[in-house]
Amino acid sequence: MKPRWRVLRWSLALLLLGLLGVLGGTAVGSQGVQAWWLGSPDPVVHQIIWDIRLPRSLGAWLGGALLGLAGAIAQGLFRNPLADPYLLGSASGASLGVSLYVSLLGGSVMALGWWPRLGMTGAAFAGAVLAVMLTLFLARGVQQTLRLLLAGVVVGVVLGALASLVALMSPQVMQTMQGFLLGSTAFIGWSACGLMALALGVCLCGSWALSRVLDALTLGESTALSLGVPLPQARLLLVGMLSLATGAVVAQMGLVAFVGLAAPHAVRSVVRCTHSGVLLLSALTGAALLLMADVLARSLTAPLEMPVGVLTAVLGGAYLLWRMNRLAGGRS
Amino acid sequence: MLKHCLQLPMLALMWGMLCTAAQGLTVWDDRQQPVVLAKPAQRIVSLLPSLTETVCALGQCAKLVGVDRYSNWPESVRSLPRMGGGIDPNIESIVAQKPDLVLLAGSARGIERLQSLGITVLSLEPRTHADVQRVLRTLASSLGLSQAEAEQVWRTVDAGVQAAVQSLSAQARLQRVYLEVSPAPYGASESSFIGETLLRMGVRNILPAAMGPFPQINPEWVVRAQPDVILAGDSSRQSLLQRPGWSQLRAVQQDRVCVFSQDQADVVMRAGPRMAEGARWIAQCLNRTARGVP
Repeated sequence: MKPRWRVLRWSLALLLLGLLGVLGGTAVGSQGVQAWWLGSPDPVVHQIIWDIRLPRSLGAWLGGALLGLAGAIAQGLFRNPLADPYLLGSASGASLGVSLYVSLLGGSVMALGWWPRLGMTGAAFAGAVLAVMLTLFLARGVQQTLRLLLAGVVVGVVLGALASLVALMSPQVMQTMQGFLLGSTAFIGWSACGLMALALGVCLCGSWALSRVLDALTLGESTALSLGVPLPQARLLLVGMLSLATGAVVAQMGLVAFVGLAAPHAVRSVVRCTHSGVLLLSALTGAALLLMADVLARSLTAPLEMPVGVLTAVLGGAYLLWRMNRLAGGRS
Repeated sequence: MLKHCLQLPMLALMWGMLCTAAQGLTVWDDRQQPVVLAKPAQRIVSLLPSLTETVCALGQCAKLVGVDRYSNWPESVRSLPRMGGGIDPNIESIVAQKPDLVLLAGSARGIERLQSLGITVLSLEPRTHADVQRVLRTLASSLGLSQAEAEQVWRTVDAGVQAAVQSLSAQARLQRVYLEVSPAPYGASESSFIGETLLRMGVRNILPAAMGPFPQINPEWVVRAQPDVILAGDSSRQSLLQRPGWSQLRAVQQDRVCVFSQDQADVVMRAGPRMAEGARWIAQCLNRTARGVP
């Protein structure tokens, strides 16, 4: 079968899974199972399903897609299977941006309308760009995998520490940031969904257009240059999209780990295709992963709720460990 | 004629505005933002223990339909549905209770989310004696009670604090005190409600007002300040003696440390209507340490 058809089939399957997840997600919550298709005359049930569970499920799907896409861009761009919004420090940079923004706004942070929310996304984006640039600068380019990873870890730790320092300055900000570190989809409304959908549209189209650059990069930097790829500009654009995707997610739901790392790995272990396929499938896989994790987080300990970031860290960590063991076993 | 024609709708509009203002009920939250209630609140969710206690002190416990996981007084609120905490309020459970008013701290998460779902939110965070009085008044208004009822509750609380202050012996007043609210460690400074109670007792606090109401402190500060008495909650019991240098503190060596039980600590550290009882616990401790009886 041609790779193109395979990608299409997988995309359709994942889209269907996402759709089912969103529909299923509207039925599960702390108030037990209430499905819209059963119909209920109670306006509160209506509100819970349409204004709480639906935007939340859709938000988890969109956020997961952004993280999966960011992971695929990072791994292609840095030619490194371990590159991920977290390991490159961009998530810490985004959280520093958010904590600075929150502390500047002071006590009125939680009354966020459309514009302040956009501002928060902007701050997270700026922080993420700064972090990736800093990592690239410290690693002196992307040639050396080890150097890149170490630089990413250093930047992540230092910016994370700065974010904690900003939070420590005021107890109000501290409580906000504490909740923020436990990524959660519980506060996502329609405006947050709109913002993430916009970011996803931009990043997906942009990275799709640049997927040939990523393909050329797999052959090595000099080969890519000899193929006539305008590397510096393309790289800058890709870093921009990586940061936009990370920033948009971090600003809406806080830190959610491992989705960006695990999604492209899962895709590559099943389908062999060019980067246009990897980007699309990673986004769809990340979306399905985070959505399912969110539905699980809602139902496992209902009526209490587990922060979804905790669950993705456990599940994603377990998956990567399993992959690592399998690879090591295959080699020996 | 034309002028009159224009004036009439204007008058009607102003009359309409006056009418809605008269029907509605406006109270002010901690950020000085007006919160409008169509009628006195009947179904209340409280996400801060001190606010839960204040509602009950006003005799309106029956109007609570949900509380946060830390609210535990009076006994009757223990059986109410739990709606998470300040950091992780459970939006869905709150909406399902159909509240007409949600009370929470200014630093709580999800305020905007609740507002966008059409729920009236009142954020109040009492930290000083004046705050406790103001919160009593604000809550009385939103519950449709008269200000006199709020004043009456406040007078009882204030008289209780005063009685605790007067129960202190002259010797006990000479002590210098460190009061720890959580083992991070956070202490209560002179500008907190606990600090104000201590000031009224004439006791000196090692944490000045300039540090903010509940500052996170360096353990070294306490070693340097050498307080005569240390007061702390049950959660600090383990870590207190293990901090470097603390076992050599005069207060520790002479056994002038009061560790409150969890229930007592809840009373001492909540800025609410049980402030007088908290003041009594503090006074009891200070009288005991002044006599030098362990």
